[in-house]
Amino acid sequence: MSDVITTDAVIIGAGPCGLFAVFELGLLDIKCQVIDILDRPGGQCAELYPEKPIYDIPAIPIVTGAELTHRLMEQIKPFKAEFHFNHMVTGLKKLGDSEFEVETDGGTVFRSKVVVIAAGGGSFQPKKPPIPGIDGYEGTSVFYSVKKMEVLRDKDILIVGGGDSALDWTINLQPLAKSLTLLHRRDDFRAAPDSVKKMRELVAEGKMQFKLGQVTGLKGEDGVLSAATVKGADGASFDVATNAMLPFFGLTMKLGPVAEWGLNLHENLVPVDTEKFESSVPGIFAIGDINTYPGKLKLILSGFHEAALMAQKVFKYKNPGERLLFQYTTSSSSLQKKLGVA
Amino acid sequence: MARITFIQHNGKEQTVDGLPGMSVMETAVKAMVPGIDADCGGACACATCHVYVDPAWLEKTGARNPMEEDMLDFAFDVRDTSRLSCQIKVSDALDGLRVSVPEKQF
Repeated sequence: MSDVITTDAVIIGAGPCGLFAVFELGLLDIKCQVIDILDRPGGQCAELYPEKPIYDIPAIPIVTGAELTHRLMEQIKPFKAEFHFNHMVTGLKKLGDSEFEVETDGGTVFRSKVVVIAAGGGSFQPKKPPIPGIDGYEGTSVFYSVKKMEVLRDKDILIVGGGDSALDWTINLQPLAKSLTLLHRRDDFRAAPDSVKKMRELVAEGKMQFKLGQVTGLKGEDGVLSAATVKGADGASFDVATNAMLPFFGLTMKLGPVAEWGLNLHENLVPVDTEKFESSVPGIFAIGDINTYPGKLKLILSGFHEAALMAQKVFKYKNPGERLLFQYTTSSSSLQKKLGVA
Repeated sequence: MARITFIQHNGKEQTVDGLPGMSVMETAVKAMVPGIDADCGGACACATCHVYVDPAWLEKTGARNPMEEDMLDFAFDVRDTSRLSCQIKVSDALDGLRVSVPEKQF
């Protein structure tokens, strides 16, 4: 078995609600491990609208998704939560009466007293273009991410897309590919200008090709791709020979494995009570966009409130029979000590 | 008030009332028109409210904005008539607008 991390609380999701949960739990001396499928904190704030202004965070008239995330990370720093990015939680099960086991696709295993699901709209996963028959090639000739570059050595690689992932992988894979074609619907890219310049240089040097168009069909046998049929900018179709296609169309939110954890679900949301924000399984909590209850609003501020109340109940799980003294950060020297300001 | 017709991939039509100032996406979501996912809630950040505007209406709906053009890179089967419906503002001038919903917002 791989390494097991033992902690008080595992938080699934490092969006604003998951991050603020670290704060509320931290004030009550509850140690947290935070897991997120993205490579950085912020959840939707980082992935969907890092540059877009948010106007309804109390006392902050305007803040971007990136800035809000940055501020939350500052705020929770004293609690030293450990983050596990690029990990998707694949398994969650109960061990005995007061312990849960959480497993990620990276093979990390956690044991904790409680689990807080702050997974928002689910996990961000690569978009799979609805090209007929594409399922049959996934994992053999069609890849939505690159785990090991060696798998692609000496292949005729076709990269589809015009964002940073498409351009970065074009540049990284070109040296080891037998041939590489970048296909995009327009001669304009929403990627870092440096990468675009580098790609154009490679084209000019004859080391790769850039074509305009969109994939409409795939040709091949037994899961091995031989060509992609492309509709060009002029509407005419042509084939691009390839045995490794990498479509990069951004990410989409999918509920993912949450559905398999034995929780009651309602329309892909986790029903919770409004006292403790606990799911149908005692010890598993759900806060933020992923939960539902009468009157639920999918607002960041509602998720913050849910985090605070959830933490009260988690305290009781960790310290059975102990009375929780309610304190304000403004006046409590013990809370201020935890925050590192006393 | 502007009447907007959404045409599904299977040809099924649904005509709903749009309020000036709202987006075509919001109009669709409010009326629970299938196929307009709008994952990001209208921030022009996800391309899951992709529609094809009836060519007769292209002039009135106007051109794509640069952010929308970028975001359409994340849509599938982008055509000349493609728009993100969160970026089309409903107005009285769009009364009668017809848009088609793709088979799948992927």
